[in-house]
Amino acid sequence: MTSLTDLTLKDAITGLRGRAFSSEEITRAHLEAIENARMLNAFVLETPERALEMARSSDKRLADGDGGPLEGAPLGVKDLFCTKGVRSTAGSRILGDFIPTYESTVTSQLWRDGAVMLGKLNMDEFAMGSSNETSAFGPVVNPWRSRGTNRALSPGGSSGGSAAAVAASLVLGATATDTGGSIRQPASLTGTVGMKPTYGRCSRWGVVAFASSLDQAGPLAKTVADAAILLTSMSGHDSKDSTSLAVDVPDFADFVGRSVKGLRIGVPKEYRVDGMPPEIDALWSKGVAWLEDAGCEIVEVSLPHTRYALPAYYIIAPAEASSNLARYDGMRYGLRVEGATLNEVYEATRAEGFGEEVKRRILIGAYVLSAGYFDAYYLKALKVRRRIADDFTAAFERVDALLTPTAPSAAFGLGDNSADPVAMYLNDIFTVTVNLAGLPAISVPGGLDDQGLPLGLQLIGRALDEGTLLSLAAALEEAAAFGEKPKRWW
Amino acid sequence: MAIDVDTVRKVAKLAHIREREDRLAPLARELSGILGWIEQLREVDTEGVEPMTSAVATALPMRDDVVTQGGDAAGILANAPRKVGGFFVVPKVVE
Repeated sequence: MTSLTDLTLKDAITGLRGRAFSSEEITRAHLEAIENARMLNAFVLETPERALEMARSSDKRLADGDGGPLEGAPLGVKDLFCTKGVRSTAGSRILGDFIPTYESTVTSQLWRDGAVMLGKLNMDEFAMGSSNETSAFGPVVNPWRSRGTNRALSPGGSSGGSAAAVAASLVLGATATDTGGSIRQPASLTGTVGMKPTYGRCSRWGVVAFASSLDQAGPLAKTVADAAILLTSMSGHDSKDSTSLAVDVPDFADFVGRSVKGLRIGVPKEYRVDGMPPEIDALWSKGVAWLEDAGCEIVEVSLPHTRYALPAYYIIAPAEASSNLARYDGMRYGLRVEGATLNEVYEATRAEGFGEEVKRRILIGAYVLSAGYFDAYYLKALKVRRRIADDFTAAFERVDALLTPTAPSAAFGLGDNSADPVAMYLNDIFTVTVNLAGLPAISVPGGLDDQGLPLGLQLIGRALDEGTLLSLAAALEEAAAFGEKPKRWW
Repeated sequence: MAIDVDTVRKVAKLAHIREREDRLAPLARELSGILGWIEQLREVDTEGVEPMTSAVATALPMRDDVVTQGGDAAGILANAPRKVGGFFVVPKVVE
């Protein structure tokens, strides 16, 4: 018999509804797996008592024939989501032992639908990073290792804890957030499925803010079908987030398995960058062939401003962050370092509370917004952002979706990229364009490289067309037949 | 454009972050590296392009001007580093 932690979310929900096992049993199985995987550092807080309490409530509802779409299914929550009565840190020392007195909209919807919370997942501080190394709790270790070595690899970031927990079967699925690639890049590096929905699909209320015009929540999951199930629960209009879209939420699971015959798929030539490993190029070609076999028509398209997306992002995101993070002043919550004057308290608190990368980005943000540089940097970046969005609009007049690699490399060693900020930023070269344009995208595992490490393919869609993306992602998943799991060493 | 030590000091002041003197030079180098890389944006012709300030092209919704939340002083103060009698305690700002 396979272990309960080996199940997909979809199969677990079926098993729970059919009373093949109880929520308490499957929750206990996951709690045990978490306990045995502490060396991965995927969790910053385990909540076993709360999990078992929620599981028992779910079992009662299931016994009564009630229960929501996720009833009894144990999940993990990225520590960027505020959870009522449960410490939420955003991976930062500055939030200290912050215990929210409210629940984020996204997580409240998961609990409404019956899910069970296993704990809070590690992440880069304030979601700023691509390797999980900026976390105040230390890096997450990728459950995957290069063949024949035991070198510690990064799971990517910022949702590194979410991705590692899903890959190591510690949770059935997890929430994550994506500001420049923070769901999709870790999904690619851990052989999991990660989806960033259209900006405005999921409420940002109760999610600690990084760059508000780019931040979007989404699922990390074992399969495309699981991602669709989670996305349905996480989505929906929320009057507490002024940018939340007042549009209907379909049952996204309905799109999984639908024929993709006749869809037109664009392959953007600008995504073939210098120095891209040949294996990633080869996987991309395979992806094209898989979709062709499924009946899609392949079209070469051009997104001429692609190479300017990352530099524009590194003006816009720090500018918004420097403003959003001004709230951490040591007065109302979180860390306070005492001093003689108000300004001394501010400066000492923020010096001690923020990590190096967060400080760097706040300083860049303050600089590009300061008098004399606003037009040259910030306004220029907003105009380039429009150019990038217009590129997509033009492409989507000819195609239904775009296919690209997700990340420019497989999982890299912890410490490999941390000395050079720009080298780290380049991890998001294929993912960041989508955040700037507000579009949905999904990463699906496509295969292993010659080191035995997973590589992902990315599909980008029209605004609010997550359904088509899920159909295409499911077609890729079926063709790739990626069944690999990391070999357990922890 | 290269950022010098004085600029870092000024920006850190603006951002209310104390930086040690020995960190200013390395920070100046790091920030200059990042901003140098960002300079490539100058190549893009943005003549007549409207700045994009929102990821979705919709007007912000208006709601009725009514109180939706309130009366939860205990909840608001729950995480305060220092509090007394229903107030946040902050350093003295008026002499």
